Amino acid sequence: MSESILPQNHGRRVCAANSNARGACALFDKLWHSHCVETDPDGESLLYIDRVCLHERTGSIALAELAGRGQTVRQPGHVFCMMDHVVDTRPGRGDATPVPGGVDFIVGLRRHAERFGLRLFDVGDEHQGIGHLVCAEQGIALPGLTVVCPDSHTCTLGALGCLAFGIGSSDVEHVLATATLRLDKPATMRVVIDGALSPHATAKDLALFLIAEHGAAGGSGAAVEFSGQTVTALDIEARQTLCNMAVEFGAATALVAPDEATIAYVAERPYAPSPVPVAAWQALATDAGAQFERSLRIDASAVAPRVTWGTSPAQGVPIDGRVPRPRNSADQRALDYIGLAPGTVLTDVPIDAAYIGSCTNARLSDLRLAAAVLKNRRVASGVAAVCVPGSTQVKRAAEAEGLHRTFQAAGFEWREAGCGMCFYAGGETFGPGKRVITTTNRNFEGRQGPGTRSHLASPAAVAASAVRGRIASPAMV
Amino acid sequence: MQAFTRHRGVAAPLLRDNVDTDAIIPSREMRRVSKRGLGVGLFANWRYANVSARLPNPEFVLNQPAYDAATILLGGANFGCGSSREHAVWALADFGIRAIFAPSFAVIFRKNCIANGLLPGTMPMADVTALARWVEEAPQRNQLTVDLAAATVTTTSTRIPFAIRPPDRTRLLRGLDPIAHTLTGAARITAFEKQWWRSCPWAKLG
Repeated sequence: MSESILPQNHGRRVCAANSNARGACALFDKLWHSHCVETDPDGESLLYIDRVCLHERTGSIALAELAGRGQTVRQPGHVFCMMDHVVDTRPGRGDATPVPGGVDFIVGLRRHAERFGLRLFDVGDEHQGIGHLVCAEQGIALPGLTVVCPDSHTCTLGALGCLAFGIGSSDVEHVLATATLRLDKPATMRVVIDGALSPHATAKDLALFLIAEHGAAGGSGAAVEFSGQTVTALDIEARQTLCNMAVEFGAATALVAPDEATIAYVAERPYAPSPVPVAAWQALATDAGAQFERSLRIDASAVAPRVTWGTSPAQGVPIDGRVPRPRNSADQRALDYIGLAPGTVLTDVPIDAAYIGSCTNARLSDLRLAAAVLKNRRVASGVAAVCVPGSTQVKRAAEAEGLHRTFQAAGFEWREAGCGMCFYAGGETFGPGKRVITTTNRNFEGRQGPGTRSHLASPAAVAASAVRGRIASPAMV
Repeated sequence: MQAFTRHRGVAAPLLRDNVDTDAIIPSREMRRVSKRGLGVGLFANWRYANVSARLPNPEFVLNQPAYDAATILLGGANFGCGSSREHAVWALADFGIRAIFAPSFAVIFRKNCIANGLLPGTMPMADVTALARWVEEAPQRNQLTVDLAAATVTTTSTRIPFAIRPPDRTRLLRGLDPIAHTLTGAARITAFEKQWWRSCPWAKLG
């Protein structure tokens, strides 16, 4: 165990770390143990929370409730407010947004952030963006810390070696008021990924493969640690993509042990310590011989670029595959919604729109992959194509490289940062019955608009499909 | 928080796996900076043939006269998956739902239920299905009786156990306010915090 960041425990009951007879600990157990204030006799623990990320959609409500109760925020310096969920992403934006009532959420968060003295990354701030990206970019989420946000994709930040939980509004009120979260210790699960990814396969394809093979509840309630050569070889942005999709696998959270790449990524970020505590962070690794309650192995060399055909992230196949025969009523329902017949070759399926954005796949590396496909090409006629960078910092970095010109020359709209069209909140949508290939994380019924049909894929596959006007693998263009 | 001890009511079967929180309440129905009044948006995409006109879809279970006053839902596996939006639970509670029985629940959704006094009970799919079949014979007459202390659901002829985590059961039975409860131990949090920041000074900002 790492000595430097594990305090002595106290309280009603010492929190047991799951170590085996020789004292070998999983990374998750180290993080849990170092933050466990106490464990109740019924097994529930009180976990100390180091950082809170709020967004306007639910943070506004949580802060309004706290204010209404006359409650204070225990550690206002540890709370960061983001404008991402309902902000307009069209150029020239202000507070007005196409989302009905959306401006109330924006103004509400701003007012309460000021009232409670919380750092706000406001519309127009050069560091504004999707909270999960901003927390990584700013060094708000750091190895060894605990982070919560009332957003299910908070598990994204586990890629940095922090314990990150997506929670509900009531729980975030609890964290704001007490700096703690009450929860059961999740089961531990190890997903070991070895082997070289094929040339066009990405972390997104790995995640879609894992979920398709083991189900949307395959990691149900577990803290999943991704490890293995393939994971180590992923850059930190790709690790964030992999961890992001863990919630679509049913996981409570995801983790990747910090390594040299993590430390290099985190160092020098505005809220990171200087110098970074290298020894303490290197100790944040799963010990040899540590036990996991569940484990899986994946051979990455078997993972091809993928696309979903249904309304669950688990309903997917390699892009050069066919729509499978329905195995149950849920599959049939999905096919009815998505408007595809069993046996259809997916690369024959025409698309109406291509979308690049979201906390899954809108980082600089994602935009580079898409731009490499779009270079000197045009989006097929009749296809609406939109790119929403995940953060203002990503947008500016992309523009510094000229990527925006590649997107625009190809026929993509180039937007301001935000959650954009990942989910429909009554504002923008591609429309009923429209077929969208998208780098987002959820292809649920109605997720991107009533009747809109979503196909999840990687940025390169979305770019290739936009060019071809049909679902396409990056290798096809 | 509303306590939960016993409840008797009409149960509506919605026996699909992976009922996600986007389905329970689409984001566009979250119109106000408030937890209240969300029942009208419950299952909006399934419940309304025309969402903006609020034109009911007669095929959806909660629109059928036999079930429109349902207070219990019978669901499939991984119920409440997807977005962490607590609005899903606020909408269910506002509609009048007090308990949901399913083979499994998504973690965040389950916690959100407890925070709002709504009971998420787990039982094998065969038991959920058996309850649904009995209810469907005469939904208004064949009401279910839920006893949280005993962790059972009773029909006129059977008593089916359900599982619930002990702390969740305690919290529901007592209707405890979680923040007030935790703040009774504020001294322990302060002591922990001091020690944690001493061993890990960079964890503290400002």
